[in-house]
Amino acid sequence: MLLSIDHVRKSYPGGRPVLNDVSLTLDQGQTLALTGESGSGKSTLLHLTAALDGFDAGEITLDGRPLSPLDDTGRSALRRDCLALIFQQFNLIPSLTVAQNLSIHARLANRSDPGWLTHLTERLGLTDLQDRYPESLSGGQQQRVAIGRAMAMRPKLLLADEPTGNLDETASAVVLDLMLSLVVDTGAALLLVTHSHEIAARLDRHAHLSGGQIV
Amino acid sequence: MTGPAIQALLSHWRTHPLQLVTLLTGIALATCLWSAVQAINAEARASYARASAQLATGQLDELRNPGGYITLEQYAELRLAGWQVAAVLEGPLRVGNRRVRLMGVDMLAYPALPAITEIEQGTSPPDPSEVLTAPGRLLMSPDLVHLFLSADRFPPVIESTALPPDLVLTDIGVAERLLNRSGQISRLVILPQQPRALPPLASIAPGLQRIAPSAQMDTAQLTDSFHLNLTAFGLLSFAVGLFIVHGTVGLAFAQRRGMIRTLRALGLPLRRLVWLILGELLSIALIGGLLGLALGYILAAALLPDVAATLRGLYGAPIDGQMSLRPQWIAAGLAMTLFGTLAASGHALWRLSRMPILAGPGLQAWGSQNSARLTGVIGLGLIAAGIVLSFSAKGLLAGFGLLAGLLTGAALTLPFLLSTILNLFARQARSPVSQWIWADMRAQLPGLSLALMALLLALATNIGVGTMVSSFRLTFTGWLDQRLTSELYVTAKDDAQAAQITAWLSPQVSAVLPIRSTELAHETGPLFLYGIIDDDTYRQHWPLIAQGPDVWNHVLQRGAVLINEQLARRADLWPGDTMTITPGHTLPIAGVYSDYGNPTGQAIVAMPMLEEITPGTATRRFGIRITPERASDLAQSLRDQFDLPPAAVVHQAAMKAQSLAIFEKTFVVTSALNVLTLGVAGFAILTSLLTLWTQRLPQVAPVWALGLTRAQLARFELVRSVLLAALTACLALPLGLVLAWVLLTVVNVQAFGWRLPMHLFPGDWLVLLLLTLLAAFLAASLPAWRLLRLPPAALLRVFADER
Ligand SMILES: Nc1ncnc2c1ncn2[C@@H]1O[C@H](COP(=O)(O)OP(=O)(O)OP(=O)(O)O)[C@@H](O)[C@H]1O
Ligand SMILES: [Mg+2]
Repeated sequence: MLLSIDHVRKSYPGGRPVLNDVSLTLDQGQTLALTGESGSGKSTLLHLTAALDGFDAGEITLDGRPLSPLDDTGRSALRRDCLALIFQQFNLIPSLTVAQNLSIHARLANRSDPGWLTHLTERLGLTDLQDRYPESLSGGQQQRVAIGRAMAMRPKLLLADEPTGNLDETASAVVLDLMLSLVVDTGAALLLVTHSHEIAARLDRHAHLSGGQIV
Repeated sequence: MTGPAIQALLSHWRTHPLQLVTLLTGIALATCLWSAVQAINAEARASYARASAQLATGQLDELRNPGGYITLEQYAELRLAGWQVAAVLEGPLRVGNRRVRLMGVDMLAYPALPAITEIEQGTSPPDPSEVLTAPGRLLMSPDLVHLFLSADRFPPVIESTALPPDLVLTDIGVAERLLNRSGQISRLVILPQQPRALPPLASIAPGLQRIAPSAQMDTAQLTDSFHLNLTAFGLLSFAVGLFIVHGTVGLAFAQRRGMIRTLRALGLPLRRLVWLILGELLSIALIGGLLGLALGYILAAALLPDVAATLRGLYGAPIDGQMSLRPQWIAAGLAMTLFGTLAASGHALWRLSRMPILAGPGLQAWGSQNSARLTGVIGLGLIAAGIVLSFSAKGLLAGFGLLAGLLTGAALTLPFLLSTILNLFARQARSPVSQWIWADMRAQLPGLSLALMALLLALATNIGVGTMVSSFRLTFTGWLDQRLTSELYVTAKDDAQAAQITAWLSPQVSAVLPIRSTELAHETGPLFLYGIIDDDTYRQHWPLIAQGPDVWNHVLQRGAVLINEQLARRADLWPGDTMTITPGHTLPIAGVYSDYGNPTGQAIVAMPMLEEITPGTATRRFGIRITPERASDLAQSLRDQFDLPPAAVVHQAAMKAQSLAIFEKTFVVTSALNVLTLGVAGFAILTSLLTLWTQRLPQVAPVWALGLTRAQLARFELVRSVLLAALTACLALPLGLVLAWVLLTVVNVQAFGWRLPMHLFPGDWLVLLLLTLLAAFLAASLPAWRLLRLPPAALLRVFADER
């Protein structure tokens, strides 16, 4: 089992509990769609899984390692070597070129593979944009770079938070197809937050978050 | 892992080159001004130490006669009793226009002097007997030689590089003749090797005083306050430079927050990140520091000749205008830079290390109204601490403590004051547009406040120091008018000629005022005693600042003394007190007069009293009172009649011009630093506005969308900058005046020994205000111009980017 979330509780200071006894598992290579109403805690659950934030009770185990005992260095190592994120919050670095953005996670993880990177760049249709800066790209192009950055390090688990949220239908179809095919090719597991039931239907499993619990 | 992280962090500077330039400039400016001052001080101190070593002074005990000179008989008695002492006679010697110090030593007894060793080991050493017997030899540094070659009344000259500037070394016999002080000894150096069982000094030479090296007033001590003054200025400029560093680093960190979060989300541990950023900061500091050191060296080399001239003129300090590069200066300068940069960026670094990975995106400004209030309270605390320190500490430290507390405290209260004022305006505003303007201005305040603080400091210093210098100039000019009342000043070749000149002049002019003086060793340091004759010139014009009843009759007829302000303040002697000039002469003090431009004590007695205290002092200089129209003719006929060189007869106007020139030189460094500090502050505003510009679009775009034109927005941009600068300038004025008051009444009294009246110069303030407004206008015009030329698409993108 790659990921296991066990009776996790989380509340923000001064607020009602956001996650109330959430449990979930994910196997290697499996894809799971997480849906839920706005404010139901989908992003929060993803942040906890990515070891970006702590939780109040329960345990999350990733690739055999429980998260709660880890300090910043341990959590960083986990993110660097196991996980890839496609979050709105951690978008591209504006002062790096497309090529530099694409390779940065793999290089941080000391896992750069020029052949794979070239292949990815071509497959994502970014070959001609390599020397551009993010601000001169369209939203769909930027999102493709974000996918490339994530897949370049061949993650065991890809966490994506509404990766097509602000793209139009055509663009989001393209981006989603690319992402899913790359996930299948690399054998990565995927935890994808989405509002769309259509998209959810294309993944192996489907979980719905409501009232702080998986239903 | 480290490589790509460094690449990402550094890529910020490629897209923000101006920020990098600003940061480097801030560091370089801070280092430059500070290290320039340090270089000047180090050079001066090295000169003093070199002179001290070259003349073997300041190491051995000395004997002096507090009442004047030591006689040959006293010397002979000491030698007979077995005391090993070396005699020294020194005094000023005028050659052409130049005044040099002549030091005659007992060549056989005096400790080995580097200059003598150098000459003995040279290619053609002179026969020792030539040096010791008439006419003797004069030893001097090469740059003095030409003066002595052209005047033929001097013995042959030997060049030596091992002597201080402006000093001529010779055998004591030669000095007696050249100074016309035969049989006199200024001081006796007590040699290290003494026989056992010596009779006590008190029994053989009861009138003489033994002075340990630490108690000998040396140049380093005399000039200490001058150097401290310079240091304080350097420190101020350093602080202003660090304001820029603080502002830029804060902004750069704020702009990189998104990148830093992303890097951490991608697995870069926080600790590694903090080390990387620290390394980045230190590298930038190193580059900026080296740049600043280079600039500082150039600046110091440019200023040193003037400083050297001032120190020579003011204190007779042996200093030459040559700069040398010292490794410890470089090390200290760099250390100061690194320390300063870290101190200035510590806050930003600390916040970075506490920043959670997950947080709302976007830029947070430096502070809110709340934090402005908090810094305001800290500022008030600092002001209070400065005031407390000024009451509890003594001397220069108290003065500078008060200044430091006032300046930093006022700077810290500035944001709160400004935001309060803007609040008041905002409440008056009626139209929505003007409400937006005031609100926007207040919102911009946190980002601009550091630059405005730097501006406040620079303006206040400018006003303060400007007021001090101008007050001093005004006082000094008035004082010169009082002091230099004679129309002509004549210097005779010798006593005989002096008598002839007096006899020739007396029937033709209103008055001939002999100028006769002698240098005494007093417990308060060297004391110059002047003798005067009774004349209305003194009674009417002499610049007395404190006097007892019937002061002039008291001095001229009843043996009282006038002393200068420096002496009065140093020894706390005022009219009604008595002063012991020599052991046998304790005189009542009748008055105190102001005396600028020399650090030493001075006293005036009636001519007969001077004759009684030091018999046989020569009178070679005279002041001549005559109707001004006839002065030029008389000067010419004096020169013709007595075959005097042109420089021996000087007009009052020429004397004043000379004195004023010396005065201006004294403040050249101060003014230069002053202007540079203001420049640094202007630069800080420009860079703050330019960096704020990057966050400006999201704020103006909505207003633009609501119907304000870009031209209007550009205009507001200018108004905002000018208005904030004007408000700051208004607050700087009272601060500057307080600063001037402290400088005039505390620092000057401690540093120079005189207290000056404070004058106000509203014209200067107006000029400064206009300059400030101009600088603020210019600083804002680049962002305003950009706004004007901005394509609407760029403004539209702001909305597209908002997700
Ligand atoms: N940093 C925070 N501090 C306090 N409360 C938070 C914080 N982040 C999220 N919340 C709250 O936690 C709840 C869950 O937020 P979360 O972002 O996980 O929802 P979501 O399911 O991702 O919603 P959406 O579909 O709109 O993205 C919300 O009520 C939100 O207000
Ligand atoms: Mg969400």
